[in-house]
Amino acid sequence: MDAGEALTRAHREEWARVVATLAKRFGSLDLAEEGAAEAFATAAERWPRDGIPPNPGAWLSTTATRTTIDRIRRESTRDARHREAMLVYDTATEPLGAIDDDRLRLIFTCCHPALAMEARVALTLRMVGGLSVPEIARAFLVQDTTMGARITRAKAKIAAAGIPYRVPAASDLPARLAGVLTVLYLIFTEGHLASGADTEPVREELSGEAIRLTRMLHQLLPDDGETAGLLALMLLTDARRSARVSSLGELVPLDEQDRGLWDAARIAEGHALVRARLASGEAPGRYQLLAAINAVHTDGERSDWVQVVALYDQLARLDPSPIVRLNRAVAIAERDGADAGLTLVDALAPALDGYHGFHAVRAELLRRLDRTLDARAAYTAAIALAANTAEVAYLERMRERLA
Amino acid sequence: MQYLINVIDSRTNSGTAEEMVAIDAFNEKLIAGGHWVFAGGLADPTVSTVIDNRGETPVLTDGPFVETKEWAAGFWIIEARDLDEAIALMTEGSRACNRKLEVRPLLAPPQYPGWMPARP
Repeated sequence: MDAGEALTRAHREEWARVVATLAKRFGSLDLAEEGAAEAFATAAERWPRDGIPPNPGAWLSTTATRTTIDRIRRESTRDARHREAMLVYDTATEPLGAIDDDRLRLIFTCCHPALAMEARVALTLRMVGGLSVPEIARAFLVQDTTMGARITRAKAKIAAAGIPYRVPAASDLPARLAGVLTVLYLIFTEGHLASGADTEPVREELSGEAIRLTRMLHQLLPDDGETAGLLALMLLTDARRSARVSSLGELVPLDEQDRGLWDAARIAEGHALVRARLASGEAPGRYQLLAAINAVHTDGERSDWVQVVALYDQLARLDPSPIVRLNRAVAIAERDGADAGLTLVDALAPALDGYHGFHAVRAELLRRLDRTLDARAAYTAAIALAANTAEVAYLERMRERLA
Repeated sequence: MQYLINVIDSRTNSGTAEEMVAIDAFNEKLIAGGHWVFAGGLADPTVSTVIDNRGETPVLTDGPFVETKEWAAGFWIIEARDLDEAIALMTEGSRACNRKLEVRPLLAPPQYPGWMPARP
């Protein structure tokens, strides 16, 4: 392995640990971020010349700690006092046992519900994921300076508002963990089906990063069902990535995808996670049910819609939102015919009229029922509301294909 | 840390007797837990007066500094370990006073030498 590879690998595996350790030791996310960045810059300079250290992680932590101490010494008294005011609060009082990993503290702090969702996403990608500010800015189509300011503001709020640097107490853990999973899933879906019209339709860098972070969280909290479920859901969705967009840049529906292009390793890993959750005997949450649905879709030659409907029934009991009901209607249409599906879909019009997916589903069902004029109008409504380029291309072709 | 909690309201004199009972009980709990610093209700924003003495002569203006649909009808100042504790306490407070609350940290005392927080 050459120094470049070693550095890339260390960045992937050690960044979060280095930041988390520094944040705990120095009580400041700012110092932690600067220290980690400096240690990796030093490594980029030294490793090619001096060789790769035997334990890259330890080398990076030591270097980051040393440069941070130097930095604090260099600061004037006034700045030091300012630093003091910027401390994050290490106020853990209860024994946390196996889950007291500094990286978990870092994740929970970055995903704190008192921060705006876009700040949580940006901070998580920067502090836990180690993406650079320009990389995050590009992913969300904003200026570097805007993204930099967003992250700076979030760090300032953490310090000034006294957001603690700790894993929440057991009583708060399920709700807070659900918040973390929401952030990770948001990063994933933005990568999997970009919402903007000006980006690539599928952005691996974001979905890949979300999987990496969720895998890390799953390793830290192996017994948490929803974390395992979310990881499985991401793996089973991402496994179909290469088959999802055609060479013409069109979204390919599930039943038309070339299954030979699916990533067998990801599917196997996702199925194993779903099986382990089933074996646990615990009642599944939202992500576990979505993962199970995707496991059915990726099992055998075609989806077993009876099973899919049963799983959506279960999901709708947990989360009776219009989107879940729309997806359930799609499964009903596959099981019982387009007519049955359309009745359910039409009932959702008041809630989903502004959502392109609603019109796309209606269009498809109307097409199957040979209601060509209505189908055309529905495709047109869907195209007007959709932004993802691959999705628009697919919908346009379907509209053209109508007699 | 200390936090200012603004009680957000949109109607004047809207408090009910039941709410007062719930607020009293909540305050007793804040005091017992060592979180109480100060609290008070505020008169309607329309009876406020704005003073501007940054220029040559003081200028008085009738009414609030900014016209809004929502305003602070009262406030607490509490002592809490961190934002999580403040949020946990005031989630209960919001229920007790039946109002939305804004939790806002007070700047740390070292930045204002000589500033001493009031204690009950």
